[in-house]
Amino acid sequence: MTKAPTDSRLLLLGPQDNVYVLRAPLNAGATIDLAGVPVRVPRDLSIGHKLARCAIATGQQVIKYGAPIGRASRDIVLGEHVHVHNLASDYTPSYALNGEPT
Amino acid sequence: MRGWLRADGRKGIRNVVVVAYLVECAHHVAREIAAVDRDAAHVIGFPGCFPNDYAQSMMERLCTHPNVGAVLLVSLGCESFNRTQLENVVASSGRPLMSIVIQESGGTRRSIEAGRDWVAEMVPDLAAALTVPMDVSELVVGTVCGGSDGTSGITGNPAAGVAFDMLVAQGAACIFEETGELIGCEGVMEDRALTPELGIELRRAVEKAARYYATLGYGSFASGNADGGLSTIEEKSLGAYMKSGQSRISGLIKPGDLPPRGGLYLMDVVPDGEVRFGFPNISDNAEIVEMMASGVHCTLFITGRGSVVGSAIAPVIKIAANPQMYERLSEDMDVNAGRILDGAASVQEVGVEIRDLILSVASGQRTKSEDLGHQEFILTYKRFEPIGPSCLPF
Repeated sequence: MTKAPTDSRLLLLGPQDNVYVLRAPLNAGATIDLAGVPVRVPRDLSIGHKLARCAIATGQQVIKYGAPIGRASRDIVLGEHVHVHNLASDYTPSYALNGEPT
Repeated sequence: MRGWLRADGRKGIRNVVVVAYLVECAHHVAREIAAVDRDAAHVIGFPGCFPNDYAQSMMERLCTHPNVGAVLLVSLGCESFNRTQLENVVASSGRPLMSIVIQESGGTRRSIEAGRDWVAEMVPDLAAALTVPMDVSELVVGTVCGGSDGTSGITGNPAAGVAFDMLVAQGAACIFEETGELIGCEGVMEDRALTPELGIELRRAVEKAARYYATLGYGSFASGNADGGLSTIEEKSLGAYMKSGQSRISGLIKPGDLPPRGGLYLMDVVPDGEVRFGFPNISDNAEIVEMMASGVHCTLFITGRGSVVGSAIAPVIKIAANPQMYERLSEDMDVNAGRILDGAASVQEVGVEIRDLILSVASGQRTKSEDLGHQEFILTYKRFEPIGPSCLPF
């Protein structure tokens, strides 16, 4: 696991987490410092969105708050935006939630 | 910290007169009676005319809440609420009690006068009543969130969890709730249960909530959640779940069940059996009321959008989850957890601030909602089965 965030715009919610949470909005083109590695943000991101704290391989659990929030649905690189396009719910409901699994 | 000692051994951090209407038809008279001293006299009540076991037991618990020093019941006279049983419960708790039956007391004006005279008699007695030392381990604290947004789960809720961890470590009882917002957390929650059997009960409670909300036609993950950066149902639920902190879970209780000792408890607020009477809780205060029925001395309320409510009987401590809302509503907010977003404070630091504020409020400091006169209260129809033997393992 990498070191604590060096960029004050990032929030680490649990020591085991492999994602950071944005505590400030970022504009497309902004550069963010991930433990010494500069990463360019490709699109506008608002508060609460997640960036990968390390590379996350397809099928690996994404950890936030020290708990799994799903699995990478494709390989994720350091600093990449982690969201519905590359993170799938690991939760297989035994009951339908509005008929729409996430 | 000092409290008012009650006959059942519990201690109160406030000493209020409760004015309780037993049907909506008596609500106006109750409100007018309490208006004579709004700080000291708090209005609660049940609006329904048809009987309901849940409402009956909730009213019995609320009228004997440790923060209540005296009870005035206001009845119209023909409602089906079991007033005699409530009177017996209050009388055997040793609290001063008076009942006014409007139909037998000459109507609205005379009932209000009689009620005000009694409250005016009670208030000085309650103010002068002696207190005894009270320990943190005797506190019961609840937490709810409402008007949530994407920031609640990363600021106010984890900070409340830190405060809960510190209180539980000192022997206090802490209660979190809203199983409908814990869908996807069954697994992590089960692992925190003190016994495997309790873990199964926690899982069942969440599954029941999921079925209940599905029947009502409400799913739990909306596209608006994704706009706020949330990607999965379990991620959304974990944000709400953060309120519970990291302690082991000591039990599963239902509204009105008292935590038998210190520890962390989950309250199952979703009714048992087939869906009836509508939503489990129609607004945030319904949850606060259920927490109070289980004895909470005060309630933490984490809000992102900015709720302004307080409560009758037990103070509400409001925690703002983001700095923008705190700026707009600072007169209503007790804690600015939005400083975590600013980088001005850590989750741990805000957690300590919340814990310290709980102890100050328990020592008599008034919350913002108390100062502003908020005394919201709501109680509706529900139905519960008793909890099973595995729910309170020790």
